[in-house]
Amino acid sequence: MNHLDELEAESIYILREAYKKFGKLGMLWSIGKDSTVLMWLAKKAFYGYCPFPFIHVDTTYKIPQMIVYRDKIARELNLDLIVHTNEEAVKAGMGPDKGRLVCCRALKTDGLQQVVEKYEFEGLILGVRRDEEGSRSKERVFSERNKDYEWDYTNQPPELWDQFKTDFPKGNHIRVHPILHWNEIDVWEYILQENIPLIDLYFAKDGKRYRSLGCAPCTGTIESTASTVGEIIEELKHTKTSERAGRAQDQEDAYAMQKLRKDGYM
Amino acid sequence: MQCRSSVKTDICKEGYQMSENKETLKIVVVGHVDHGKSTVIGRLLYDTNSLPEGAIERVKRISKEKGKPFEYAYLLDAFEEEQKQGITIDTTQLQFFTKKRDYVIIDAPGHKEFLKNMISGAASAEAALLVIDAKEGIKEQSKRHGYILSLLGIQKVYVIVNKMDLIDYSEEKYHAIKEDFNIFLNTLQITPLDYIPISAFYGENIASYSHKMPWYKGKPILEAIDEIPKDKDISHKPLRFPIQDVYKFDSRRIIVGRIEAGTLKAGDEIQITPGNKTTRVKTIEAWTPKDQTDVAAAGQSVGITVADEFFNRRGEIISHRKDVPIISNRFRANIFWMGKTDLIMNKKYKIKLATAEVEAEVKSILKVIDASTLSGKEKALRVRINDVAEIIVETKEAVAFDEFRHSKATGRFVIVDGYDVAGGGIISRAEKAINLKGGFVKENYYLNSRIFEEYYYSVQDNSIKNVQTDNKLYYVGDEITTTGDTYVYPDSFDIIGIKDGMVVKIRNKIIEDILSLQDYTYNKLPLINARGFGIRVRNQEEFNQLIEERDDKTDNISKDVEFSNQWFSLNQYKHIKFSEDSVYIIEYNI
Ligand SMILES: Nc1nc2c(ncn2[C@@H]2O[C@H](COP(=O)(O)OP(=O)(O)O)[C@@H](O)[C@H]2O)c(=O)[nH]1
Ligand SMILES: [Mg+2]
Repeated sequence: MNHLDELEAESIYILREAYKKFGKLGMLWSIGKDSTVLMWLAKKAFYGYCPFPFIHVDTTYKIPQMIVYRDKIARELNLDLIVHTNEEAVKAGMGPDKGRLVCCRALKTDGLQQVVEKYEFEGLILGVRRDEEGSRSKERVFSERNKDYEWDYTNQPPELWDQFKTDFPKGNHIRVHPILHWNEIDVWEYILQENIPLIDLYFAKDGKRYRSLGCAPCTGTIESTASTVGEIIEELKHTKTSERAGRAQDQEDAYAMQKLRKDGYM
Repeated sequence: MQCRSSVKTDICKEGYQMSENKETLKIVVVGHVDHGKSTVIGRLLYDTNSLPEGAIERVKRISKEKGKPFEYAYLLDAFEEEQKQGITIDTTQLQFFTKKRDYVIIDAPGHKEFLKNMISGAASAEAALLVIDAKEGIKEQSKRHGYILSLLGIQKVYVIVNKMDLIDYSEEKYHAIKEDFNIFLNTLQITPLDYIPISAFYGENIASYSHKMPWYKGKPILEAIDEIPKDKDISHKPLRFPIQDVYKFDSRRIIVGRIEAGTLKAGDEIQITPGNKTTRVKTIEAWTPKDQTDVAAAGQSVGITVADEFFNRRGEIISHRKDVPIISNRFRANIFWMGKTDLIMNKKYKIKLATAEVEAEVKSILKVIDASTLSGKEKALRVRINDVAEIIVETKEAVAFDEFRHSKATGRFVIVDGYDVAGGGIISRAEKAINLKGGFVKENYYLNSRIFEEYYYSVQDNSIKNVQTDNKLYYVGDEITTTGDTYVYPDSFDIIGIKDGMVVKIRNKIIEDILSLQDYTYNKLPLINARGFGIRVRNQEEFNQLIEERDDKTDNISKDVEFSNQWFSLNQYKHIKFSEDSVYIIEYNI
């Protein structure tokens, strides 16, 4: 087994555990590379079927091409897709001008919370990875959120030998992280090996490309000439900038992500 | 360089070559609090140039804000609480690489209160660095962590004597620590790969040889870890394929799971334990054409179809016929306890062993050991948090397992107390099965049955209780009593073990046969489930429908209210009697 095969086998195992354990399960699909890989892994785990819905929390500020791509893929693959927007907040004029973290909380955290509540999800599958940033590096594969969607990160339960947290009081839910152990280059190498179709915002045009996708006002491009998956991997092998450097909300405060994620952010 | 054969050539043309067979080694760094674990890792990342831009600047800034010199540990201790208090609370995994291979390095907290997090980090590692502060010497967690490593089966250990700068790089003091600690490790049967004197803070003996310690003839850490041998490939070992789930998305019935040891081929004759059914592998299933294969080996998550459609369940283990796992409901184990409340005897816990989940009790606590002193207490009554112990576990139903030294993945388990994993253990020895709850047995078949339960309404506490009065095992040819205090069964009927997929034929009160549900043909006699409830089936058509619905749900069936309401009748053969005294109820099962 090569390195990617090992990563894949572990991720499939985790996905199957989640499916076995949670009656109400959904997968967050952000249209980006990580959740697209996740979708691919789910197809492998369930032999082309996908026995749970995908969820997109739409902030209405997403890069417009993302929404076009989302709807195209959803149609082509006939996805069971739940698109949810925190309408109330949007109507009240919520936006990054109210403060980036305030905006993330309202449109992403609260938006997600509303979906979980509405569909009574017990398990949510997310494509977060340990190498993204500090608070994610401390995550468990099955990570509990309480009734108020909070993450008790200073008191996480033990997780060993792939025996995950599957017992919890009603009302709580579990965040499942099947690609927690992958790094950014692993994701790209896997996309290359499997030939996974991807949104073209990642590929350089006029000397610029996106390295991480999010909301338009808070996501920057990087200077790059990498226009194929292979070139992107080469570029990443020689870069020292961190992946989320272009994501403004991370830069707001030294512990911005920790604070957001404690309250239920993805 | 060649293209990976499984990768399509047009991908290769993209101007990028996959690194071939990149090997990864996972190393955990353990030891007493403040002895420098996080600093060692931070320094390794720094010296291998593995840190993203800005990380160093950020740490410089935070260190300065907190009025501290540069703290490498902040590179890992990402939580605000960790940086404020200068401690590691939870485990982290980071990656770096050398010319030889990739590394995942796992930071573990050294505080006693966070032992559960240390264990979470260490459990997945193949090798360890055990860090000891040269000035402080061997402390409580140095020993406890050493002990935990041996319990987890991590044999490849380097002992890192850190902060040599604080003892003027003294060879003498270094040797004293080494001798002391060796005595301890020897009692655990750990022979460290080597001892390495370092100063993490000043980078001595991290990436390059230290000139401060010319007397040290060994290697610096970065070179030493490249010498750690990888665990041997286990694809030649006896096959262990625990069933994770059974899918029926289309006409295929796919048994999925991860192969934990050995190799599985299409056409192989296999045995499924503890049910002891045998069949043949028909296909190994794949979604993409690229993944199509007839052989799969240890580490792979696969799905198979088999020749005979049994009612397989999660938790059963597939093996080859010549080398099956042990089947019992009792075993001896060495455990570590992380629970907030003590582990006690005769309390009901849940055990998760590979994919099996079963109710269990601790029948005996043979010895409790304080892992930091190795002082033991025989015949204890409880196991406290952070202690290790030798216990005998009795599971409610028979399970398939191995001794840990023969098969790691099927020889270890966790203990769930309430909602939490509270302990973990490795099986040292199988014990003879006893006290299997009453039921029906024939050769390899065992159906746990509650048909002889009595139902009472206790006027004292106003609730209904079911009482198991007969825990006997019945064999083919035995006679049963069809009339109890609260039940009356016909003389001839068939017991259908819906969940287990088994049937017991009763003819004129005699057990005529016990067979698998798939070999059974409906014969119009009354059907009763394993709890003694009538099954609402009157003809072949209804029977087929029952089986179909059951197959769709596989092992969730016992919890399925809708299914039960539709198919089972509580009071067809049973009735409830008043009972004035709840003490009368000897043993009740919920
Ligand atoms: N003098 C000296 N101090 C060190 C050395 N390594 C670590 N330290 C300090 O020891 C303290 C504890 O280190 P840390 O890595 O957090 O320890 P941990 O609890 O084992 O992770 C920190 O203040 C470090 O700066 C060393 O080699 N020499
Ligand atoms: Mg530390």
